[in-house]
Amino acid sequence: MPPAPPPAFPLPRPLALPPGAIDCDLHPTVPDMRALLPHLEPLWRDTAVERGIDAIESNAYPPGAPITARADWRGADGRAATTLAALQSQALDRWNVATGILNPLFGVQLVFNEDMAAAFARALNDWTRAEWLDRDPRLRASIVVPMHNPEHAVEEIERCAPDRRFVQVLLLCMGETPLGRRHWWPVYAAAIRHGLPVGIHAGSAYRHPVTSVGWPSWYLEDYAAQSQGFQSQLASLVTEGAFAKFPDLRVVLLESGVTWLPGFLWRFGKFWKGVRSEVPWVDRHPAEIVRHHVRLTVQPLDAPEGPGTDPDTVRRALDHLRSDAMLLWASDYPHWQFDGDDIVPAGIPADLLRRIAVDNPRATYPRLDPASSLLGRPTGTDAPPAGTHAAPAPPPHQASIPGSPAHGAALPGATIQGARP
Amino acid sequence: MPAGATPPGTPPTPARAVATRHVVAATDEIPPGGRKLVAIGGRDILVFNLAGEFFAIANRCPHNGGSLCAGRTTGLVQSSEPGRYHYSRQGEIIRCPWHNWEFDIRTGRSVIDPRRIKVRAFPAEVASGAALQAETFPVQVEGEYVVVEA
Repeated sequence: MPPAPPPAFPLPRPLALPPGAIDCDLHPTVPDMRALLPHLEPLWRDTAVERGIDAIESNAYPPGAPITARADWRGADGRAATTLAALQSQALDRWNVATGILNPLFGVQLVFNEDMAAAFARALNDWTRAEWLDRDPRLRASIVVPMHNPEHAVEEIERCAPDRRFVQVLLLCMGETPLGRRHWWPVYAAAIRHGLPVGIHAGSAYRHPVTSVGWPSWYLEDYAAQSQGFQSQLASLVTEGAFAKFPDLRVVLLESGVTWLPGFLWRFGKFWKGVRSEVPWVDRHPAEIVRHHVRLTVQPLDAPEGPGTDPDTVRRALDHLRSDAMLLWASDYPHWQFDGDDIVPAGIPADLLRRIAVDNPRATYPRLDPASSLLGRPTGTDAPPAGTHAAPAPPPHQASIPGSPAHGAALPGATIQGARP
Repeated sequence: MPAGATPPGTPPTPARAVATRHVVAATDEIPPGGRKLVAIGGRDILVFNLAGEFFAIANRCPHNGGSLCAGRTTGLVQSSEPGRYHYSRQGEIIRCPWHNWEFDIRTGRSVIDPRRIKVRAFPAEVASGAALQAETFPVQVEGEYVVVEA
């Protein structure tokens, strides 16, 4: 595939990254199953070989799809980001990225056998550690968990979390059940115990059609439908009370797009006002809850483009978020979201760049705090730095509802917080 | 509530509309759980009987103007954590018939945002006909009446 021709219209000059920039969404590519074999336990290594499992190619990012890898980043085999050298020269070094968070998308979530899925997830995380984290001190990574067995997911979090270079738990946007459902809660409790946000990345385990109206015909539909999936997951997390149960739960939407969020929150909040008594634990406007608990990476940032676009469009769209703490910079490398070195989406206000590239990621990921030690600590003893994960203040109106129980004190989330030394 | 007092949070009454006491019903006209819509000085005011206590709020929903009189009453659903329901004050919450917003009949305050979203509440009390005899209302001395200050 030839590189894209230069744009025919003038784009705003790309913004330069501030010092200390944190790239919150990088994708190392597992070339094929052979790369994972050294990290699989003998039983599963032999199983993979005997069964001829030489790859797990997900529909989510098919190798040949343009979004999967920018043309000029692909190697001779057509793949991109399969080596540390490529990631360094094409992204980290080139853009002067101080810290990069790896979100491996190798499709271990596709596997139906729960034990095999757990084994593949362990191998994937060990591959990430050995092939990437051990070889570049700028790198951090997410813990990929087997999504379809919460006990296995918790075990994998407990196994990996002592290595503080793992900074997040990674889930896919579309799994078997909505992410707010209570059987997921032990996963969130484990994440909080270790100061890990829960990242939800675009993609599907393909247990269900990627749209709620049935299987689409084209990849374009699949990719565009991801934002619907994110909306459904946010609705589930809020209405099921995951954020009420876990005041410290932070969720990062990765490669979700951004600009759909205000419209969704307008709709979601409007109807909440009439039926809030069905979900009485949702005791604040959903937009307020989302602003407090949810963060989003800025790549892609869906906005009008092309000649005649009002340069202020993006700023106005972002103003609807009513928060400058929600956005995290990410390149989404090697996914093809931009050309050349336009590493900051056009229209991002310059005065917001330091916040989204440095301050917000640090506030979101406790383990990225410069004072945070990289040495492993005993399980369960790492509290997030003060201030960054404070429980939300009780809604000021609560006290004025007669008979209202004291909010916060009675929440089990507070118990979890209190369990930390 | 004493005459002339206003509920907390009620905006200052404009000088031109000095609150006066209005006899709106005989107490037995509004049984417990009942309601009556009355017009006072061009305002529609909804009077409720909550187990013998009387309360009066403006009939107009602050959202889009729905007539609260046509709404149903319910209890207050609260929660200390997901899956735990605390249901209390049955009959003391009025829902707007248009978009289901809930208002506390005792205070006029909404449940979703009690500080900022509320219907105006007016002081209401029960007065004996004997006490009202001195005023100019046509009352029976042996009766009891609901008096709204608006």
